[in-house]
Amino acid sequence: MSAPSLTPSKAGSSRRSTPRPEGPAPGGAFAKSLRRNLTAHSFLIGAVVCFAVFSWWPMAREFLLAFQRTESGESVWVGLDNFRTVFNDPAFWQAWGNTLWYTALALVLGFLVPFVLAITINEFRHGKGYLRLLVYLPVMLPPVAAVLLFQYLYDPGYGLLNELLGLLHLPEQQWLQDADIAMFALVIASTWMNMGGATLIYLAALQGIPGELYEAAELDGAGLFRKIWHVTIPQTRLILSLMLLMQIIATMQVFVEPFLLTGGAGPEGSTTTVVYLIYQYAFNFDNYGAAAALGLLLLVLLAGFSAAYVKLSRAEEE
Amino acid sequence: MSTRTLISPAVLAKRRGKRLYWSAFALVTGGFTVVFLGPLYWLVSSGFKDTQEVVRTPPTLVPESFTPENYSRAWEVMDLSSLLFNTFYYAFGALAFQLILDVAAAYSLSRLRPVLGKAILGMMLATLMIPATVLVVPQYLTVLDVPIVERNLLNTPWAIWLPSVTNAFNIFLLKRFFDSIPKELLDAASMDGASPMRVLWSIVLPISRPILGVVSIFAVVGVWKDFLWPMLTLPDPAKQTLNVGIYSLSNGVPVNVLIAALTIASLPTLIVFLIFQRNIMGGLTAGSLKG
Repeated sequence: MSAPSLTPSKAGSSRRSTPRPEGPAPGGAFAKSLRRNLTAHSFLIGAVVCFAVFSWWPMAREFLLAFQRTESGESVWVGLDNFRTVFNDPAFWQAWGNTLWYTALALVLGFLVPFVLAITINEFRHGKGYLRLLVYLPVMLPPVAAVLLFQYLYDPGYGLLNELLGLLHLPEQQWLQDADIAMFALVIASTWMNMGGATLIYLAALQGIPGELYEAAELDGAGLFRKIWHVTIPQTRLILSLMLLMQIIATMQVFVEPFLLTGGAGPEGSTTTVVYLIYQYAFNFDNYGAAAALGLLLLVLLAGFSAAYVKLSRAEEE
Repeated sequence: MSTRTLISPAVLAKRRGKRLYWSAFALVTGGFTVVFLGPLYWLVSSGFKDTQEVVRTPPTLVPESFTPENYSRAWEVMDLSSLLFNTFYYAFGALAFQLILDVAAAYSLSRLRPVLGKAILGMMLATLMIPATVLVVPQYLTVLDVPIVERNLLNTPWAIWLPSVTNAFNIFLLKRFFDSIPKELLDAASMDGASPMRVLWSIVLPISRPILGVVSIFAVVGVWKDFLWPMLTLPDPAKQTLNVGIYSLSNGVPVNVLIAALTIASLPTLIVFLIFQRNIMGGLTAGSLKG
């Protein structure tokens, strides 16, 4: 199976502009068009029903729930009460702070490191396949296996990481028990688990840079860093921005790592994230209204990033 | 590969360039091996240690004790056979639903072009803009009481299968591929009187094998890796997935048995990855990059 066959040619897109013969038509043509539409919709119906029930209706319901409360099985409108509950929760600001802190840390590690690694791997004439394989390996692990493995590595008593720190004469850490460090521990584990995808995507983007650009830069006397700055980054700018946005959207929704590694809240609430708070409202306190209200706030915040993503990927297509 | 990259071949050909190249190569390769294979080695080897050795400080790099019984105990205590079976069942069921319904939908949107098709595609793609974790709560409430049919899907495979069909990204990938199939090829078949179903089955699907492979792998891996959704919708221990089952029993078993269980749980996806690595890694970049 060759890679080029996955990237379709433009052959099909020209068809899009061809006007369909429609409008006032004799009975025969109308019947034909009706039959054609019936067939087409019968192919669509299964997916459309699934979307309607499990996607579109829940989307609408998210908005409804945020302004409702369930009282003995009945939904009652409560205006902005749910938002008040959420704002007055002492965990609210902490959760946002933690989530933003996590996102910032994850960007430094999860955005920069894969790019630098991709640039490095791309220079190699050997072993590229092996390195690509290695970096993507953790992505294929079931998250529970990866996370519990990290729990074992982080263990303050018998964990391998503290042992390694000891060998380097560095102080041992209470990785997951220390409120100041727990978030770093989460970001390290999460970056290890997830950076493979970004690295491979950057590698593919780097391979698309025409070599003449580097040659031209060299003729102008550019050194290594100036070549990266003036050729590599501008040439991959679009994919870098897309990945940045995608990563912000994903890391702002972090849940599994804190839930499994630090039991969600973590020491002194230091790893309570927004999504964990939503989970708590909905499934520990049975307060679906508050969960929906907080979810709506997250949705609004991330909608900006999503919109930017869509706009950028449209630009890419042109 | 002979494409020109950041560092010019002239520099690399020099003696100093060569030495730098090979030391950087050794450093990165060694570093990668330690960072990415190291934890996996630790996982497998700790699974063979006995109860004392696995928590000993300093830890032993090579297991001194050899207790493969951990693996059989993990298999029994955590009932891994039924967890594995459940996960396979959910994953391949989801795959079947996605292949049938999403392929049909993408084909219809791409080739049959029904009235309102564009609007439907737009609404499908719009779901990609909604953060998945935000939708979990209303989706869960929907599964508890599905509108119109008024059924509770909790603890049934339908709770995994049907929502998995709402994978707008797969539909997008499939539609984009179908769009690229030369029109003449399909028109010739229709001219010969082939029905849309027949065109799909005998012409479109055989051509689309690569993209179907990519979509299938991602569908299966998606279910295999999911945690929050199966934890919420399949609370019955007999129906849990591997991820959820291991998590819920993780506090009740000795460390070495837990680690053995994690190793077993990781094997299926790792094997799939080693077999299909080209398709998986190719599909990953095809989905994100165009051209």
